[in-house]
Amino acid sequence: MDFLNALVVLSNFVLIPAVAYGSQLALGALGVTLIYGILRFSNFAHGDTMAFGTMIVVLVTYLFQSWGISLGPLPTALLALPFGILGCMLLVLFTDRAVYRFYRQQKAKPVVLVIVSMGVMFIMNGLVRFIIGPNDQRFADGERFIISVREFKQLTGLSEGLAIRTTQGITVVTALVVVTLLFWFLNRTRTGKSMRAYSDNEDLALLSGINPERVVLYTWLIVAALATVAGTLYGLDKTFKPFTYFQLLLPIFAAAIVGGLGNPLGAIAGGFVIAFSEVTITYAWKKVLKYLLPENLEPSSLMQLISTDYKFAVSFAILVIVLLFKPTGLFKGKSV
Amino acid sequence: MIVVEDVHKHFGGFRAVNGASLTIETGSITGLIGPNGAGKTTLFNTIAGVLPPTSGRILMDGEDITGLAPHELFHKGLLRTFQIAHEFYSMTCRENLMMVPGGQSGETLWNTWFGRKRIADEERALRAKADEVLEFLTISHIADLKAGEISGGQKKLLELGRTMMVDAKIVFLDEVGAGVNRTLLYTIADAIKQLNEERGYTFVVIEHDMDFIERLCNPVICMAEGKVLAEGTLAEIKANEQVIEAYLGTGLKNKDKVGA
Repeated sequence: MDFLNALVVLSNFVLIPAVAYGSQLALGALGVTLIYGILRFSNFAHGDTMAFGTMIVVLVTYLFQSWGISLGPLPTALLALPFGILGCMLLVLFTDRAVYRFYRQQKAKPVVLVIVSMGVMFIMNGLVRFIIGPNDQRFADGERFIISVREFKQLTGLSEGLAIRTTQGITVVTALVVVTLLFWFLNRTRTGKSMRAYSDNEDLALLSGINPERVVLYTWLIVAALATVAGTLYGLDKTFKPFTYFQLLLPIFAAAIVGGLGNPLGAIAGGFVIAFSEVTITYAWKKVLKYLLPENLEPSSLMQLISTDYKFAVSFAILVIVLLFKPTGLFKGKSV
Repeated sequence: MIVVEDVHKHFGGFRAVNGASLTIETGSITGLIGPNGAGKTTLFNTIAGVLPPTSGRILMDGEDITGLAPHELFHKGLLRTFQIAHEFYSMTCRENLMMVPGGQSGETLWNTWFGRKRIADEERALRAKADEVLEFLTISHIADLKAGEISGGQKKLLELGRTMMVDAKIVFLDEVGAGVNRTLLYTIADAIKQLNEERGYTFVVIEHDMDFIERLCNPVICMAEGKVLAEGTLAEIKANEQVIEAYLGTGLKNKDKVGA
């Protein structure tokens, strides 16, 4: 019984949140890794691209709510998601036409593009705050729980409860659908294959009649969709605040690099590695250990390795370790 | 027919191609020889659209193709291979070949979702064609291997195979023979000859192997220091004093002396 209780506590506070957070990071890291693999630069504006897409979702959700449109138990944001994706696509295509294309034609070095993307990041950052403001926005509605603590306790008779929030369920399901679609697209369709070809060997792709502008266009469209989905899921799960999305850049990049930049499978693995590390290291283990250890050994402290305030340090530490010992990441990526 | 008119390509102060003019006749296998750094590959790159020329004009069948992008030239039937073999390393050899033909219906997002039948038919035809090409190049057994894992010589064959996936008019081969063993080299030479005779491909070949040049090429053009030095049959080229000076070296002269 004690063991079961420990397992339930662990699931409730570590496993389920980490899986949800990992899915969100994975989707974010997929966007970063696609840009790196195909357009060959680290896109620092990715966090703010996510923020922009999510902002549109939030605004459209508010609009729908004011019109009384809802999805019943599901959050209205799902209905607003396509609008967010469209808005985000328009934004990234505009930035590509206005900014990145110029540097692409100059055949600028990746490091130049990285700095350019930082400029884009600041502009997008300002744009989002200008439109929606810097404050927290709660836009999750509908049913809050798939299983609540009380229901779970009644159901199982355990003294500990397990809650699965609707947003967590939606996150995992959406991530699964999106990732399946993406991999099908990259591996099975001609367009996806030309994107991979362009990523493998740009010169050869050009000389094989692959139109680079089209590959770039599709990449941006896919990245905008991924970014908006990732951002919306994160916003539903927590809240939407522009600054948090800027901060998300670190774990997202850590995930992409840990997995191997330019490798989509790696981005997913990396997302979960980072999420699980972050959650387990910042979790107070006292409650779990209480059930597992004999009474006289029961810990008196919280058994928390580091405070949640420092959760970003975890990404940083993992990033440094990976770069020191396996710079190409877990799955062989392109990074040097 | 490709006409190159007084093409210059400068990198800063360095004149890699310095006023090269030449004509490549349709249906010929033209050899391009010259010492390292003579500007052969740079000239290839300017013709193939990888590098825009600093000045000069390039005409293909009377049409000005100067400065067109590589993928546009590809659709006009102008193809090239690389000195160091290029491949899509994460794809199988068959997929590498199937990538080549442009304008496939699967290339638009609309057809990806709504033209599945048409794409499937096209893929089947492409797959058959790719298998045929692999068979022709005697490398059927590596069809399902990742292109990043095959040997250097096989990569060269794959490069050649790529040009056979479409109806090319003119193919620029940049040292197809470099780092390839004799037997394979002759396989490549035979393949080139067969493509030239049966399909009417025009070839321009950069090569340092004189046997290879002798087997295939007529005429031969010798470049040095960014300019065309001499043009003619291999025998004429070999007899040319300037060519001997710049490229073939005095080794030949000495041999003649020893012989005499």
